[in-house]
Amino acid sequence: MATILMIGTNKGLFLARSDDRRTWTVDGPHARMNEIYAVAVDRRGPAPRLMASVTSSHFGPSLLTSDDLGATWQEPDHAPVAFPKETGATLERVWAIAPGPADRPERMYVGTQPSALFRSDDGGNTFDLVRPLWDHPHRPDWGAGFGGQAIHTVLPDPSNPEAMVVAMSTGGVYRTVDSGESWKPGNTGIKAYFMPDPWPEFGQCVHKVARDAGDPARLYAQNHHGVYRSDDGGESWTSIAEGLPTDFGFAIVAHPHRGDTVWNFPIEADGVRFPPERRCQVYRSRDAGATWQGLGNGLPDEPFFGIVLRDALCTDDQEVAGVYFGTRNGEVYASPDEGESWHQVASHLPDVLCVRAATV
Amino acid sequence: MSVTVLVPGALRGEVDGAARLEVDANGTLDAVLREVNERWPRLGRRICDEQGRIRRFVNVYVDGEDVRRMAGLESAVPDRAEVQILPSVAGG
Repeated sequence: MATILMIGTNKGLFLARSDDRRTWTVDGPHARMNEIYAVAVDRRGPAPRLMASVTSSHFGPSLLTSDDLGATWQEPDHAPVAFPKETGATLERVWAIAPGPADRPERMYVGTQPSALFRSDDGGNTFDLVRPLWDHPHRPDWGAGFGGQAIHTVLPDPSNPEAMVVAMSTGGVYRTVDSGESWKPGNTGIKAYFMPDPWPEFGQCVHKVARDAGDPARLYAQNHHGVYRSDDGGESWTSIAEGLPTDFGFAIVAHPHRGDTVWNFPIEADGVRFPPERRCQVYRSRDAGATWQGLGNGLPDEPFFGIVLRDALCTDDQEVAGVYFGTRNGEVYASPDEGESWHQVASHLPDVLCVRAATV
Repeated sequence: MSVTVLVPGALRGEVDGAARLEVDANGTLDAVLREVNERWPRLGRRICDEQGRIRRFVNVYVDGEDVRRMAGLESAVPDRAEVQILPSVAGG
């Protein structure tokens, strides 16, 4: 059983492969000199499909796919994701690639900068703008963080094909339960300390949201200060940051099969973007955020200044989950045992922007 | 009646390695780029975004003149002109 780890950096895509999740071979960069903001492994079809969001600083964004595990890459002649003429908007980049329901392998979603959601019903060859969210009356007031204004999280509900949660920076969480025809903000309880009213209906800077494997209504959010859990599908949130060394960070990811298990990578503060005490540690909770445990066995002991961006922490899909993260200083680490032990997969890469892993 | 489009090395993979393309359209840069987009859509969308605007870090010259100092997409492109596409200096 082989594992593939897609590593998106700001200068291309690297692919790491392993038969035992301990020793790795790495090739790349594919799509060199392109920023790789999102990657996905779609296993719903007859063969695993790799997908990558590529953005050239000169020549704009696109999506690439590979049906032979990265040996060759395909791209349609037309722009697969593009704003309709009448919007006047221009796609800056794709930030999230989300396969749709297992029984609809032709359905894909992408979240974009500027903040928009697109849906494909032909396997990702063409995407259509989800207009009700684009036309949402809140949209003129959605802001842009340093990284740009984007929908970076797209979470279809595995228990309800008509339900979905998206999250954006800034703007916060929005939910639909009618296949995207209407959207409501879901930010009650998430603090926006950087606004005059710190408890607004929307405008929060949610960095990443993950869905619990056991209960689809349970979500975890890493916010721009604040770590939260929702038990009602993203309508309201309560803090689960008390057992963490800090509540700032970008990434959060849930176990692929087991409920209540979640990992993040704390960062000291908005104004001090280094790991707490300069220790390279992933934190894990096995009780839905009530308590947390720092995990650093095998990670660097010396003072560490790398951080993990919002999509640069992931799991694979095995029963005993592998956990993977990449840092802004170009290092990638893997754990084959849910974070108990770690080893280095790659070093000296460009900034790591995203990682995704799957059994192939 | 034709115009030559000079393709930079970074984009020749979109046109089977061609360094020069012959297009029939002339009159304005907009007409030339529309034909480029119809005949070589992957090249076209590297030059212009979905709103038809020349991308920020792509420079276009008509007979050596930067079209941003001319009339942009409405710049005149006479018969037998050379339209040169060049990526600007950007990135780190």
